[in-house]
Amino acid sequence: MDLKELYQEIILDHGKNPRNLKKSDNFNKDAKGHNPLCGDKVHVFLKVDEKNKISDIAFEGSGCAISMASASIMTELMKEKKEIEVKELVDDFLEMIKQNPELKSKILEDNEKTKLMSLSGVKKYPMRVKCATMAWHTLTAAMKNSNDETNTEKFD
Amino acid sequence: MNIDNIKKQFPIFDNKVQNNDLVYLDSANSSQKPQVVVDRIYDFYTKEFSNVGRSVHYLAVAATNLYENTRVLVQKYINAKDPNEIVFTKGATEAINLVANTFGQKFLNEGDEILLTELEHHSNYVPWHYLRKSRGIKINFAEINSDGEITLESIEKNINPKTKMIAITHLSNVTGAILPIKEITKLAHSKNIPILIDGCQGAPHLKLDMQDIDCDFYAISCHKMYGPTGLGILYAKKKWLDILPPYQGGGGMIREVKKEGITFGDLPNKYEAGTMATAQVIAFGESIKFLNNIGIKNIEHHESELTKYGEEVLRKNNSVKLIGNPKNKGSVLSFTLDGIHAHDIATILDEDGVAIRAGHHCCQILHDKLGLQATARASLGVYNTKDDIDKLNESINKCKKIFDK
Repeated sequence: MDLKELYQEIILDHGKNPRNLKKSDNFNKDAKGHNPLCGDKVHVFLKVDEKNKISDIAFEGSGCAISMASASIMTELMKEKKEIEVKELVDDFLEMIKQNPELKSKILEDNEKTKLMSLSGVKKYPMRVKCATMAWHTLTAAMKNSNDETNTEKFD
Repeated sequence: MNIDNIKKQFPIFDNKVQNNDLVYLDSANSSQKPQVVVDRIYDFYTKEFSNVGRSVHYLAVAATNLYENTRVLVQKYINAKDPNEIVFTKGATEAINLVANTFGQKFLNEGDEILLTELEHHSNYVPWHYLRKSRGIKINFAEINSDGEITLESIEKNINPKTKMIAITHLSNVTGAILPIKEITKLAHSKNIPILIDGCQGAPHLKLDMQDIDCDFYAISCHKMYGPTGLGILYAKKKWLDILPPYQGGGGMIREVKKEGITFGDLPNKYEAGTMATAQVIAFGESIKFLNNIGIKNIEHHESELTKYGEEVLRKNNSVKLIGNPKNKGSVLSFTLDGIHAHDIATILDEDGVAIRAGHHCCQILHDKLGLQATARASLGVYNTKDDIDKLNESINKCKKIFDK
């Protein structure tokens, strides 16, 4: 059953009660993302310390269960990650959600990998992949403190 | 009217979609095609193909006649006075762009105003938006009431001496509201303002009589009318087509081309530059015949009964909130479910073969007004049955089960 794979309990939980869904008061980097096809929006806030490590991360936004869960899980996993690790995790996630069967990165603990792999069911729904990737592209833009709104239509 | 027999004429329903019988509830987006339309395209390309209006050989003459036959069929179907009032375009979008562009060039100046409504599809807003920059015009929006309708009063309130054009939808693709276009046209004309009707949703479902409505322009989308994609129709009163400038330039639309200057062809060629969607136009003739065979009054009756049934079933379902409650409603059922985003609904319904649309349906102005990011929309066509509505309702219940875990 593909639907059960797509809407796993962990996704429904994060979708209904997204973690770190707030405007961070104390951020020094941020970026906005938008999926023009469905209107989903996300705003990622980061506090990046002098060692280029994410000391705090939060997001604001609204959208479907997949986009909310993906943003929520992302914020949980990215806390305390260094810039180079963030990049590795984003690339690993994007490859997994599109084609790779597993995550390759060694950065995450097993239970963290399981949590992130809960989004892998999206692969079978090409129209929904952008729901899952929007927050991650926006995180990349936030690390660069990009003022340009991230537009899901500009990515594969 | 036997819906089973009608449905049998649509080959798409012969095949399973992802192992399910197709429950197609996305006709406001695009309708399915009857076999006669598909066959006509095939036959034209395999047995009769030639370009129209240019060469003198046998096939060219025959193709030209077929092409012009559709123009007459359309003229009669919508009761236009003259076949030259029917202009083929690549879609309703191009039809509206044609009017906005040519009317704007000729008649609009800085400070002039266009009146739209909050119900408009982006295709009846964006073409006018261009004129804000190029001509310095202002765009006003007549407001919907709490039932998602546009009333005559709402239009009247927004007309002022600077209003130079009223452009409104016939039937909202979100709330289903059918606008009182005849009364609005009368009002517009009493103030000497021309009116364009976006008939994308009206034309497939309602009886059309251009001379009775008396509007100046009416835009039609053929692929929503059991016809091919890539084709639209602009109905325009001859008095406008005679005085408005050409839209696109190219072959077929000219009279004489010299290095020093160009004169343009007569109607309808003036607005049909380049090689047109010949096969689609010819096949659309079959769509009109298909509609005529069933009878638009029968279609109206069937779809109206089905819409009422849909409203009844969905109202009984406590978690469904219907969007809009117009007294005069076309076959559109837009809804939201508490705590479940429209895209999640659409994905779950799709698993059961129930095809709906989710999103803003190209109506962001309306969704902003309603305070909604997205809605789910089931829309009906001539082939739908009560059984389809029941399946929709069952799948909605499945959404709730998945999300209430």
